[in-house]
Amino acid sequence: MSDRTLITTRNLSVHYPLRGGLIGPRQVVRAVEGVSIEIARGSFFGLVGESGSGKTTLGRALLRAAPITHGEVIYDDGEVEYDLAAIDKAALKDYRRRAQLIFQDPYAALSPRMTVRDIIAEPLEVMGLTKSRAETDERVREIAARCRLNLEHLRRFPHAFSGGQRQRISIARALVSRPRFVVADEAVAALDVSIQADVLNLLKDIQRDMGLTFLFISHDLSVVAHVCDHVAVMYLGRLVETAPTRQLFARPRHPYTRALLSAIPSLDPDERGRAQKLEGEIPSPTNPPPGCKFQTRCPYAIDRCRKEEPELEHIGAEHNVSCHRWRELSEELAMA
Amino acid sequence: MTRLLDVENLTLQFDTDEGRITAVDDVSFSIDQGQVMGLVGESGSGKSVTAKSLMKLNARNAVYGPQTKITLHLDDGPVDVMALRSAREMQVVRGGAISMIFQEPMASFAPAITIGNQMVEQLLIHTDMSKKQARELSIEMLARVGISDAAKRFNQYAFELSGGMRQRAMIAMALSTRPRLLIADEPTTALDVTIQAQVIDLMKDLVAEFGMAIIFITHDLGVIAQTADTVAVMYLGRLVEQGPVREVIRTPSHPYTRGLIAALPDLEHLDKPLTPVPGDIPSPLERPTGCVFHTRCSVAIDGLCQREVPQFTQLDDHHRVACHLAARERGAA
Ligand SMILES: Nc1ncnc2c1ncn2[C@@H]1O[C@H](COP(=O)(O)OP(=O)(O)OP(=O)(O)O)[C@@H](O)[C@H]1O
Ligand SMILES: Nc1ncnc2c1ncn2[C@@H]1O[C@H](COP(=O)(O)OP(=O)(O)OP(=O)(O)O)[C@@H](O)[C@H]1O
Ligand code: SF4
Ligand SMILES: [Mg+2]
Ligand SMILES: [Mg+2]
Repeated sequence: MSDRTLITTRNLSVHYPLRGGLIGPRQVVRAVEGVSIEIARGSFFGLVGESGSGKTTLGRALLRAAPITHGEVIYDDGEVEYDLAAIDKAALKDYRRRAQLIFQDPYAALSPRMTVRDIIAEPLEVMGLTKSRAETDERVREIAARCRLNLEHLRRFPHAFSGGQRQRISIARALVSRPRFVVADEAVAALDVSIQADVLNLLKDIQRDMGLTFLFISHDLSVVAHVCDHVAVMYLGRLVETAPTRQLFARPRHPYTRALLSAIPSLDPDERGRAQKLEGEIPSPTNPPPGCKFQTRCPYAIDRCRKEEPELEHIGAEHNVSCHRWRELSEELAMA
Repeated sequence: MTRLLDVENLTLQFDTDEGRITAVDDVSFSIDQGQVMGLVGESGSGKSVTAKSLMKLNARNAVYGPQTKITLHLDDGPVDVMALRSAREMQVVRGGAISMIFQEPMASFAPAITIGNQMVEQLLIHTDMSKKQARELSIEMLARVGISDAAKRFNQYAFELSGGMRQRAMIAMALSTRPRLLIADEPTTALDVTIQAQVIDLMKDLVAEFGMAIIFITHDLGVIAQTADTVAVMYLGRLVEQGPVREVIRTPSHPYTRGLIAALPDLEHLDKPLTPVPGDIPSPLERPTGCVFHTRCSVAIDGLCQREVPQFTQLDDHHRVACHLAARERGAA
């Protein structure tokens, strides 16, 4: 761990018990399994993967909002250091201010009966971070301006706003406590393309100006490619590959990452049918296959893959991959 | 090519508590047999209600404009859809000549009836098959769209299937009556990219095999580029540009279409900054006068675009655009 790392996890697992029938073995959902990850301070860290791969669960575990079943999560922003699996109540209260979440759905997340000012001010009041109403107002105005909301907006109720404006309100609310770490879970997924770019640019500007660290969860790889400096790819609760963005998009090493990238529909009508087709669907996390979790869909799976689970292996500058065959495949595919 | 559908001057308003709102305003387009038309536009631009109009499936508070004319050209002669009244008359389009895959994933299947029973019931209404034949065809269609264990799935409920499987089952049901026109409303939006790629492939195979036409509704231009022959772009209830997919994507001519393409993150140019279309989509209660896009348009002509609705300018045989600036440039050239 370098002293520039904000979040470090070691073998982090999050399991949810399933309330099944009365008979039979008790089942668990292995939503996140054995994840070791480092998120550098000030980075815009992307987390991608298919639905159900554990992105939200991992994000919530880093916010201490999902149970940490095994493993370690260390938070270190230079001022304080917390071991999240063993954190006490007082420290957790402080951590809640330092780590915040931006929700996906700008329509569901905002209470319809509160003014925009009260929605943004609420975290300050709940956490007791300001001493007077005047101070609260000052903080609200400051963050609202940064999120390109004006004083007129603050007096209104959220229903009067479009999707893009609502998402800016959610962002202001998440940032008003001056967090160091922000998890943005599908923060632009519900927005139209024409306004999505505006919210993404806002997030980038704020991250740079305020020196924040972002965990940006998204299923949209093109968006991730544009805004993130680092990307981690998840599959069935595991990390399959992590790398600096450029590296990952130029030289993906895991067969799943390759398939994901090639499945993005190209805007060029003459590139039809070039996607590398992946058969089947993601297996259930209650009953994951033995060996490599991707073996049921991997076109390159061999016997070893079906028996032995690959470890996340360091293969070059900040590039990690979890595949038995990555080396021979990159030679083979480079020749083809 | 043989014409399948003509939509002329489709105008559709809804009576609401807040007054009458215009959802579709004077939209015209045509589709030939076997052709795939993409329909794109922002949320609320009127894509779904346009599609539902073709089967007169809009809610009860819908009011169609008097000029609206929708003609479906079938082998037995043309059908005037607006003139269909009773449920019996409507049968020729609903689930017969036209099938629709709905945007709301669960809307296509009744929750309490098995997938198989719904498919069979639909076939019994629209064909003269026996129950046994209907059952066999349904299972065959489920298998055809890549559902393994089709006979077993036949007895399951929609909620028991994964997202990708449910989408396949919906396609199987929509196709089992062999429609001439399939309307697919955001059929892949809720799916992961790898599953989306499978479903897109499947739809292409089926077009080739069944020779039907498709209206493919999506807000994803990449999906359009991969599937459609022609594309129509909607904004706030109006068609702003339409033409062959290559022309529209390579030489977009409406400022909104251009903005939409510029706003897309491009994997080939990671350094290119993301360019939003400025401003927000106006609420349908505050429809702009003149060109509906003028409040967000960076090249609007002062005094003209705010006042006058732009008519279509023909750029070449099939590519046309509704923009004053394009008309002016065309006139000057
Ligand atoms: N509270 C919970 N109890 C039981 N199972 C859960 C719970 N939360 C999540 N899961 C399961 O854990 C797995 C991972 O879910 P998670 O929401 O983290 O995935 P995701 O990658 O965020 O997916 P999506 O892209 O759909 O948001 C899923 O199988 C999910 O059903
Ligand atoms: N029954 C109804 N009553 C009143 N307004 C309606 C009704 N149905 C649709 N509308 C309105 O008509 C307009 C067009 O809606 P439509 O569902 O066609 O949009 P869309 O382009 O399909 O959007 P999306 O991409 O979000 O699916 C919207 O403003 C919508 O609110
Ligand atoms: S370990 Fe085997 S199954 Fe897993 S990704 Fe690599 S080649 Fe495929
Ligand atoms: Mg999630
Ligand atoms: Mg719709």
